[in-house]
Amino acid sequence: MRGTVTGSVSGAVRDWLRPHRIGLIALALALAVWAGVSMRWDWIPRYAGLGLEGLWRTLWLLGLSILIGSAMAVPLGLAQASGPVWLAAPARWFCTVIRGTPLLLQIWLIYYGLGSLFPQYPWIRQSELWPYLRQAWPYALLALSFSFAGYEGEVMRGAFRSVPHGQLEAGRAYGFSRFAVFWRIHLPQAIARALPTLGGETVLQLKATPLVATITVIDIYAVASRVRQDTFIIYEPLLLLAVIYMIIAGLIALGFRLLENRFTRGLGV
Amino acid sequence: MLDGLYSLWPGLEASVTLLSLEPPGWGANLLRGAVNSLIIALGAFGLGAVIGIFGALGKLGGGPVTRDLLSVYTTVVRAVPELILILILYYAGTDLLNQFLRLLGQRPVEISGLAAGIGVLGVVQGAYATEVLRGAIQSVPRGQLEAARAYGMTRSQTFRRVTFPAMLPLALPGLSNLWLIATKDTALLAIVGFSELTLETRQAAGSTRAYFTFFLAAGAIYLLMTLVSGRIFGWIEAHYRRGQAGARA
Amino acid sequence: MKTFFLATTAAAALIASAATAQETVRVGIAAEPYPPFTAPDAAGNWVGWEIDIINAVCEAAEMTCEITPTAWDGIIPALVSGRIDAIMASMSITEDRLQTIDFSDPYYNTPTVIVAQNGVEIEPTPEGLAGLILGVQVSTIHQTYAQQYFEGETEIRTYQTQDEANQDLAAGRIDAAQADSLAMEDFLNSEAGACCHLVGAVAHDEAILGSGVGVGLRKGEDDLRERFNAGIAAILENGTYDEITSEYFQTSIYGN
Repeated sequence: MRGTVTGSVSGAVRDWLRPHRIGLIALALALAVWAGVSMRWDWIPRYAGLGLEGLWRTLWLLGLSILIGSAMAVPLGLAQASGPVWLAAPARWFCTVIRGTPLLLQIWLIYYGLGSLFPQYPWIRQSELWPYLRQAWPYALLALSFSFAGYEGEVMRGAFRSVPHGQLEAGRAYGFSRFAVFWRIHLPQAIARALPTLGGETVLQLKATPLVATITVIDIYAVASRVRQDTFIIYEPLLLLAVIYMIIAGLIALGFRLLENRFTRGLGV
Repeated sequence: MLDGLYSLWPGLEASVTLLSLEPPGWGANLLRGAVNSLIIALGAFGLGAVIGIFGALGKLGGGPVTRDLLSVYTTVVRAVPELILILILYYAGTDLLNQFLRLLGQRPVEISGLAAGIGVLGVVQGAYATEVLRGAIQSVPRGQLEAARAYGMTRSQTFRRVTFPAMLPLALPGLSNLWLIATKDTALLAIVGFSELTLETRQAAGSTRAYFTFFLAAGAIYLLMTLVSGRIFGWIEAHYRRGQAGARA
Repeated sequence: MKTFFLATTAAAALIASAATAQETVRVGIAAEPYPPFTAPDAAGNWVGWEIDIINAVCEAAEMTCEITPTAWDGIIPALVSGRIDAIMASMSITEDRLQTIDFSDPYYNTPTVIVAQNGVEIEPTPEGLAGLILGVQVSTIHQTYAQQYFEGETEIRTYQTQDEANQDLAAGRIDAAQADSLAMEDFLNSEAGACCHLVGAVAHDEAILGSGVGVGLRKGEDDLRERFNAGIAAILENGTYDEITSEYFQTSIYGN
């Protein structure tokens, strides 16, 4: 195992040192140096604090929405794969509607649409939840979670369907309860099948997060917009932002590759 | 019949009035926005497919530099949020094009919002299309290409007569997914002020304060577009899959 | 190859159709409704005080103008990168903006006010707003002002459009909003505005709030600036300005 890892590492290094690559890397470095010297970056120290706060908000919105969305995706997938019609139909509609409309519109519907209903119901303002309902992030989290649930629910539907029927029947034959069959056999098998898509879905979800800036949530994108407005510098904040998202996406891809190696090895899928 | 409904649901009459096609209804604005969205989605999808074909051929048969540059392109587009790409391309794209034209001694051109929107989304679509088409071309059986070569076909003949028709059915599911992404990504142009469906909706909602009504109506229009086009792609796939027995597992 | 040929022809046709006559001046307005200055109506036309002024100024200056809705948030980049030639979107002349773009002479000037929920009885000062949530529109003098004077003690919420800030004021999600007095007057007179009342004008700061609203232009385009100045002077002179203003407002909004 170890041998192949070091082997592939030195192979990768050799891969990077092919002549044309060295040329391209030199070109990229030259571009980066040119950008560093001739573009304006003096605003970075002033906005570093805000930027880190924004980055943190982006990351926890991403993490929490994926957790909640995944938790919703399991029943959504199961209902469509093997539920009764009165459960399967609404689940299918939920996934169709979420996947068939732009997330930006969903976010605005949830934030401004719901918000426009508040004045009609005075009791909402008296409720315990009002301090949270006044904030923007709960709506952002809800919209992002729904979105992730819609896409991942579709994946889970396929995953539940693709678990061989024989395995479930074998479980029943061993005297497992229906719940035990689901919990011990059906769910882990389905998750193992859905896992390879999860990394890609997570990167897609990351790319969706800046839309929450349009409903006043101050994520990393909103901080970059503020730099643009305060300093009238157009391209530099956007370029830095692009680099930051690329780094996060790279880390996500790497993390999932490691996770997948470990998980699939254990399950023998 | 509607009167009965109105008495049960007082808000409905106001909503129907707001959505009617004649002023004071804003329906015509929404429809105009939807047409703009469709035009941009079609243009971006077409441009993306063209970029995708050349990108896929470059990735499979190009030189090492071409291949690496294409990898950079597809990786960057797939890792950076569309919103940021659109902002960068929308402002920088015009700027760069005009500076380039100035270098050539040409007069700067004015790029309409429509052309810019198609260009920007097309570049994004192109990256995904490159991957979809590369996968499809790769899964065309090698024997078919060798047979074509044996018949004495040139490379471009092989591509036009064998590779392209053989890979199309394989690429269709991916392409239909890309089309759905294109229709939904047009909404992002609202952020740069292009009057497609989402911006028209936002303007109507802001002017009338009927946020719920308009966002729901726009959602229904988008859903209709995706459902109908999903059906159309279904037909095309079924059509192409005939006579391709065993082409798909 | 045929596909490629078709695509390039189509692209060339698009760009060709996109190129319009050079003498047309593309006047950028905010694509987001900003009543009573610029707002789309149900028939899809833009209407409002500023639209009428744009038409009058262009006519007086003998320019062919094309009103081009542009995202407010990116309207200066759009001007600088050449998507539009002028900004007439209630943009105040400030020192910050003058570093990037030029302005014509001002064509209106109104105070900046705070509007609050009924029941929120405050003064329009940093102490008065401490502990409250204040809404402002993005990229406006109000955002800059609020960040300078209120941020820290007060939570600042930044909205893409003034309508959305007003909407959240009506929904009770923010305690107060800072904006132009006339835009707020329009809101307070509307049905949704019943939620709220006028608190008053904020302390003036010339450096941030500027010296009135002018036409934003690319740096160095002095000819165009002179034409706009001449147009503004002409409609002030011949009474067109007052005529238009009286259709929308009770008082003069030119200032001084």
